[in-house]
Amino acid sequence: MSPTPAAGSPVHPAPAAPRPLHATGPATAGLSKLRALESEAIHVMREVAAELERPALLFSGGKDSIVLLRLAEKAFRPGRFPFPLLHVDTGHNFDEVLEFRDRRAAELGERLIVAQVQDTIDQGRVADGYDPARPGSSRNQQQTQTLLDAIEEHGFDACFGGARRDEERARAKERIMSFRDDFGGWDPKNQRPELWNLYNGRLRQGENVRVFPISNWTELDVWQYIAEERLELPSIYFAHEREVVRRNGMLYAVSPFLQPQEGETVETLSVRYRTVGDLTITGAVESTATTLEQVVTEIAATRVTERGETRADDRVSEAAMEDRKAQGYF
Amino acid sequence: MSTPDPGPTAAATSTADGTAAAGGGTATAPAAEASSVLRADLLRVATAGSVDDGKSTLIGRLLYDSKQVLADQLEQVEAASVRRHGEGAVDLSLLTDGLRAEREQGITIDVAYRYFTTGDRSFILADTPGHVQYTRNMVTGASTADLVIVLVDARQGVIEQTRRHTFIASLLGVRHVTFAVNKMDLVDWDEDVFRAIETETTRISAQLGIPDIHVIPISALQGTNVVDRGSTPAWYPDDAAHPTLLGHLQTVEVSTDRNLTDLRFPVQWVVRPGEGAADVNGERWSPDELHDYRGYAGQVAGGVLRPGDEVQVLPSGVRSRIARIETLDGELPEAAAPQSVTVHLEDDVDVSRGDVLVGADEDAAALCRREIEADVCWMSDRPLRTGQRLLVKHTTVTTVAKVDAVLDRLDLHTLEREDAPDGLDLNAIGRVRIRLKRPLVADPYLRDRTTGAFILIDEGTNDTVGGGMIR
Ligand SMILES: Nc1nc2c(ncn2[C@@H]2O[C@H](COP(=O)(O)OP(=O)(O)OP(=O)(O)O)[C@@H](O)[C@H]2O)c(=O)[nH]1
Ligand SMILES: [Mg+2]
Repeated sequence: MSPTPAAGSPVHPAPAAPRPLHATGPATAGLSKLRALESEAIHVMREVAAELERPALLFSGGKDSIVLLRLAEKAFRPGRFPFPLLHVDTGHNFDEVLEFRDRRAAELGERLIVAQVQDTIDQGRVADGYDPARPGSSRNQQQTQTLLDAIEEHGFDACFGGARRDEERARAKERIMSFRDDFGGWDPKNQRPELWNLYNGRLRQGENVRVFPISNWTELDVWQYIAEERLELPSIYFAHEREVVRRNGMLYAVSPFLQPQEGETVETLSVRYRTVGDLTITGAVESTATTLEQVVTEIAATRVTERGETRADDRVSEAAMEDRKAQGYF
Repeated sequence: MSTPDPGPTAAATSTADGTAAAGGGTATAPAAEASSVLRADLLRVATAGSVDDGKSTLIGRLLYDSKQVLADQLEQVEAASVRRHGEGAVDLSLLTDGLRAEREQGITIDVAYRYFTTGDRSFILADTPGHVQYTRNMVTGASTADLVIVLVDARQGVIEQTRRHTFIASLLGVRHVTFAVNKMDLVDWDEDVFRAIETETTRISAQLGIPDIHVIPISALQGTNVVDRGSTPAWYPDDAAHPTLLGHLQTVEVSTDRNLTDLRFPVQWVVRPGEGAADVNGERWSPDELHDYRGYAGQVAGGVLRPGDEVQVLPSGVRSRIARIETLDGELPEAAAPQSVTVHLEDDVDVSRGDVLVGADEDAAALCRREIEADVCWMSDRPLRTGQRLLVKHTTVTTVAKVDAVLDRLDLHTLEREDAPDGLDLNAIGRVRIRLKRPLVADPYLRDRTTGAFILIDEGTNDTVGGGMIR
């Protein structure tokens, strides 16, 4: 991994003083779209905190979970968050993101639990899906087991996640509160009705729930919110020079976990990431956007979905996401 | 409803606007799009209507023709269309039928949420299933809708499921219903067919008291009069009185739907940082302030909150004044639905989750109800019966309830009520009288969609088994 910052000034804005809440003037005039979505998400978080015993917030250092953290601040400050942060670390993450993850948790003064996929593998609970000799292999499947183990170990009954319905068409079907059986499985044909903003968080024995407060946000909403709130992001979200290889139409960062194969040439390109996930399956996009405003402009004009452009795991089959969720995936 | 002045936050994006405007030429296009997206307001729309009337095809058509389908999604749908139907036209329903079982059976099972923005408006589209078996999923999708599009198959006209869904929409307090008379291509755009359906849907809507209705002929399959006008016949000319479906969605006025009159603030969460508080930056609150801090967090359900206003805390009836309204971003001069805020009272009174702040002049006795009558949509295989014990979740309160009587049940064909049925079966709708262990601060649903709504929970299974709208 050899990221060199692109020429020029800082790639992300410094945290700024709080900004006024209303994009549209007096409250009686109605809320802007973003503020309506924000208010809905805060409501969801407070309901879950009030009705469930032991929630956790899945924090990966990615943009969606960074937004979740800000929403948690909006929901609970000046109190502490009524839940710890939890990251399932495949061991193949970007250094910049891990650094950011730890720093952000410390700045917030909140507890961060890191569950390592490596530990699950070392304990012999799953076989390592990643094999340096097999291009395209990853620990994507194994992280589900690590998540389920962490849920059990800490007794979590609810996990907040930053998934959005616009990401993928199986996700478009999922409730804000998504109930999972003992094995973490989602049963899409038998979801609990979810009327108005009345969430029924009562669990059956062995069940737990994934909660998606930003279900109704689009990728562009997330970026615009980050811009309005001046949220800091890991530097890889902005254009930087990086050594990459082209594989199956995607650009992958060269790293200790992903080495060029026969016939692949390493190129140094100006790229940024649309999502941050596991280094072995997350693609970069070519870009020169070094400011939030430039990124927002590019996202508004893009013709490819976030997952389609950057996630190898969703390209496997027509129902890849649905199948993974049935097995306990986020 | 466009927002003329984006206000102080516009500064956050002015760089993007500014640079783009200065750039000129084609480079301005994306940025111009981005800034119009920023000012969009939000309309929640749900589809309804019988199986195969074309709801999913319509949503797909809306997304496709307004160029909101991204290249990789389209490729996926094109490939799936070929696999299922052979070479030919793209099956746009596959854009929303996201579950394997849905694609296999060619029907919608559960709600799909899709998002799109055109001009000044953003839409959350809930594509609901038409099948009777999945009525509860239709109710889920429509419960938050500002507007429901009821599809009618031109060949079949208004059938029982059309009535049922129109009725559910009206029960759910949806004030704007658009009847999309679909598959007009299959009746050769016959005006008589359209007029007959127009007459019938208008009659039903009047009977149900739906305040704002429109009837629009379309072909979702061919894309006629959905986003693009295509070739509509002379009896549906290209003028303002005959909008396309999207044209109508973009202009329908919904700003008066909110209740700004009756103050209702259900307390969700008490913010009490106390020891170990987390004012990490240490800028805003002094240690002393944090020690005594006691804020009531919640989402405004109705009316307007202002500092200085006298309020009552229900059900206790204790009175105080609003000292200030806080958010992470600072204090607010006022707050209205659906804002999430934290309220401070002047006096140190006892307030906890489940209490509701209301205006000082309200009749507390009338608002706090231990007995309610409500229209209930029943969603469980096991029928609702008199004497049954259930949990009611209403605003932020969950309490034990007992079904006193099932007063009537709706005949979905005639829309008439039959008195004193023996209960409500799956997907039935009827009026029920319920007694409550703890009083609820309740309004008629048609006055406030938040304080008038509740869900019913089975204590044994923890399932949500019904939705209720208070009379
Ligand atoms: N000729 C014609 N066929 C249509 C039109 N709209 C939809 N169809 C067809 O009607 C069938 C059902 O369409 P869907 O969109 O799946 O119907 P639906 O209302 O979503 O059905 P459920 O969700 O299962 O209730 C499909 O074969 C469509 O191609 C139309 O305008 N004209
Ligand atoms: Mg459908």
